[in-house]
Amino acid sequence: MSKLIEQPRYSCALGVQQTVIAIQRAVPIVHAGPGCSTKIHGLLGQGEGYAGGSTIPCTNSSESEVVFGGEKKLRGVIDGAFKVIDADLFVVLTGCTSDIVGDDVGQVTREFQNLGKPIVFAETGGFKSNNYVSHDLIIKAIVEQYVDRYAPAKGEVIPGLVNVFASIPYQDPYWIGNLQEIKRLLTGIGLTPNILFGPESGGVEEWLTVPQAEFNIVVSAWPGLKSAKLLKRKYGTPFYHFPYLPVGGVETGRFLREVAAFGASLDREKAEKFIADEERKFYTHIERTADFMLEFRYGIPRVFYTILDATYAVGFSKYLLNELGIIPADVQYIVDDTPEQYREGIREQFRRISGRRSASVEFSVDGGEIQENIRKTSPKQRALILGSGWERDLAVDIGADLLPVSVPITYRLVLNCGYAGYNGGLRLIEDIYDRVLGTYR
Amino acid sequence: MPKVNLNLTEVPIREKRLGSITGFAGTAGDLVNCSNSGCLKDGTRSFSQCMGCSSGNAFCQLSMIRDAAMVNHAPVGCAGDFFGFNFVYRVGQMERDLPPAIGRYFNTNIEEMDTVFGALSKLEKTIRLAYDRVKPNAIFVTTSCASGIIGEDVESVTDRMTNELGIPVVNCVCEGFRSKIWTSGFDAAYHSIVRKIVKPPQKRTNKVNIINFWGSDVFSKLLNRLGYEANYVVPFSTVSQLETISEAAATIQICPTLGTYMGAALEQVYGVPEIKAPMAYGLAGTDAWMRELGRVLDCEDEIEEIILEERAAVLPKLEEYRAKLKGTTCYLTAGSAHGHALIALLSELGIEVQGAAIFHHDPIYDNESTAADMLDHTVKTYGDIKGYNVCNKQAYELVNILNRVRPDLMIARHGGMTLWGAKLGIPTLLIGDEHFSWGYQGLLNYAERILETLDNREFVTNLAKHSSMPYTKWWLEQDPYTFLGGNTHVEAY
Repeated sequence: MSKLIEQPRYSCALGVQQTVIAIQRAVPIVHAGPGCSTKIHGLLGQGEGYAGGSTIPCTNSSESEVVFGGEKKLRGVIDGAFKVIDADLFVVLTGCTSDIVGDDVGQVTREFQNLGKPIVFAETGGFKSNNYVSHDLIIKAIVEQYVDRYAPAKGEVIPGLVNVFASIPYQDPYWIGNLQEIKRLLTGIGLTPNILFGPESGGVEEWLTVPQAEFNIVVSAWPGLKSAKLLKRKYGTPFYHFPYLPVGGVETGRFLREVAAFGASLDREKAEKFIADEERKFYTHIERTADFMLEFRYGIPRVFYTILDATYAVGFSKYLLNELGIIPADVQYIVDDTPEQYREGIREQFRRISGRRSASVEFSVDGGEIQENIRKTSPKQRALILGSGWERDLAVDIGADLLPVSVPITYRLVLNCGYAGYNGGLRLIEDIYDRVLGTYR
Repeated sequence: MPKVNLNLTEVPIREKRLGSITGFAGTAGDLVNCSNSGCLKDGTRSFSQCMGCSSGNAFCQLSMIRDAAMVNHAPVGCAGDFFGFNFVYRVGQMERDLPPAIGRYFNTNIEEMDTVFGALSKLEKTIRLAYDRVKPNAIFVTTSCASGIIGEDVESVTDRMTNELGIPVVNCVCEGFRSKIWTSGFDAAYHSIVRKIVKPPQKRTNKVNIINFWGSDVFSKLLNRLGYEANYVVPFSTVSQLETISEAAATIQICPTLGTYMGAALEQVYGVPEIKAPMAYGLAGTDAWMRELGRVLDCEDEIEEIILEERAAVLPKLEEYRAKLKGTTCYLTAGSAHGHALIALLSELGIEVQGAAIFHHDPIYDNESTAADMLDHTVKTYGDIKGYNVCNKQAYELVNILNRVRPDLMIARHGGMTLWGAKLGIPTLLIGDEHFSWGYQGLLNYAERILETLDNREFVTNLAKHSSMPYTKWWLEQDPYTFLGGNTHVEAY
């Protein structure tokens, strides 16, 4: 597998500025070259939100900061940010320039922390990792440098309170909708979820209750796991891990039942009643439209490709196969640069994707290579591609239907659409067949 | 002293080459006076927000050469703009009836170990792979902060790969940290083209180079009538088209902020005359530009005819629009030369320009022509602009100013700025096609869009009612230039 990248589908470590923006009234302060923030925003995100995009304070490192160091400049920008920007938490992020020249950003940030200012820092020089990895780094920075300091009652566990690590904001274009549904579901079975990001969360106040959770939930192939382990180490909070996005009736039911079994304080009967009620509603729709899926005689997709991150690839594959009857193509592609230690687990998920079927999976960060492979082996049946905007020509060339799910999505505007849970499963059916039926004149 | 030196691997940045600045607060007249007397000083900001960088601007031109491939020698985050430019490229293909093609852009994915041990072998591998996948007629390599700081000798690799692959593999030095003026990236792209792609002329042709972005074709009609042919460069050119731009009869640039270096390079190195006049915005500017074109292309009589015809065609309608727009106030934010041109255009329509936040200022262009100084022309023709602010896209200053000035209309040329007018309930307009307002007809086009915008206020009124403001009350009460200071002296040019 090549390390070089044609058609990037994620950003560098600094891409995590979007994670910060997703926390209500939190603002990144970027200590990096002048173009970094804008490029990240261009790939990850539609719209600047409260204070992202062109609002982000930045040192715009120039030659003089590279030669003489940029700590003084950073101090000035942090100082200005506190005066100019109305926010509850600032997160200083470094870029390639400051990390290579070795500015002591920790020292500069601590000066402000010592004055009692709500500010934390993390080293996110672009070359250090990518935004999947650095997402956990930022959570760690906030927990260790802010929550630890200001949380009112770290020792007191609140029964039913859970922290949810489920989606990398903006890297998952549907993060708002997904978190909204996950919050709705967990509330439905009787929990009080700290959803931490987006309009459904209580912002920085909510983060301050992180240490009081009864347990934590990670809904993800691998990002977020480090955060859950950190909280276990620090506060002894146990965590439950569901290794893909639960989409539709089967997997959402499985997810909720397992969570209910994990949480000691939960009323299981009440939870089971909620699940049964949700399943009934969900399957009413499936049953109502099953004749369409069986009978539409002009061709609907019979085989699918996922070119997605691991969390989505597994979740979508299970749903498409088990609940919509679309069969995985020979190879599924995972594009999130999954660290080696998690790959076997993901392969295993694909190996037993249904009771009677397995699919093979390839890990590649090079979209150009993936597209070459698909072109070479393109199937006879009508195909569905769950990929990104980069797949536009590929889909046309092999006569496939394309639903952009991974960044860059560009050809869609996303507000509160999400694909998690029961509601997300229904929405996914609508979106897929909307595209399919839209191809008929 | 000629500004173009093709022996240099990298083009000197605008701060050094032209004495360009990014910080100034005063009036447009003051700025012109300072510029002309060589006493311009730059201001630095102790608080700043994120900008753009040279590598994006270099990429914006090179990435749309139809049969070339791009290699970005950088960590993956620097490739964040790939898809955006690919999207623009594909929209342009639609508009020009070209077959759909995806941009072929590669990133070398510099990682931590590479910053220690170097990444030249990765670069070489990526170039080779790009060649195998795309079979391009040229490959451009753009650099990054990371590759620049660790001191990668990119030129040695591009030279070697040029020999190995038998196509030009061209180094384009455009690290983000090198210049505060991101348009230095255009210069970097053109420097690499003129240095390594353009061939010495074999003959003179009737083609006229038009250095532009991706706007609509407004030049063919005019040039065909004069017996010339429009040759748009650089987006949508082919490599072989670029090889022969040295043979053109003249060079037009749609905007000197974009094309100052390329225009001068072609004239200084290959004797292709550049049209040196104010840009063709507003009646006076368009007249002057047309006459200069007539002089250079040796068709002055036909130009006079065209001026008469076009003026007669647009004037009655223009009067109508002027009457409707009378008393309208406007605040403007845009890149440098295009911003000056829009001030001229708005003034021509009888709109009062209350102020402008312009991203940088070049006291002189590479052609060293004072006739081409658009701001000078605008001030002389239409009078001074009071609130003239050179500000490299600092939204916090803009919000502060808009909150005070409260114009009837805000015009922006770049993304990320319109929101602030709209959040304050000010009708706001962004026009992407820079050719839209060009020439006599452009006045009418613009007037129409402005009237439409002024009339369409329901959305912004409601948005303003429900918007949050990320700026503190304290800030909105301060002088907008509170953080601008320093007055760093700029080297005389």
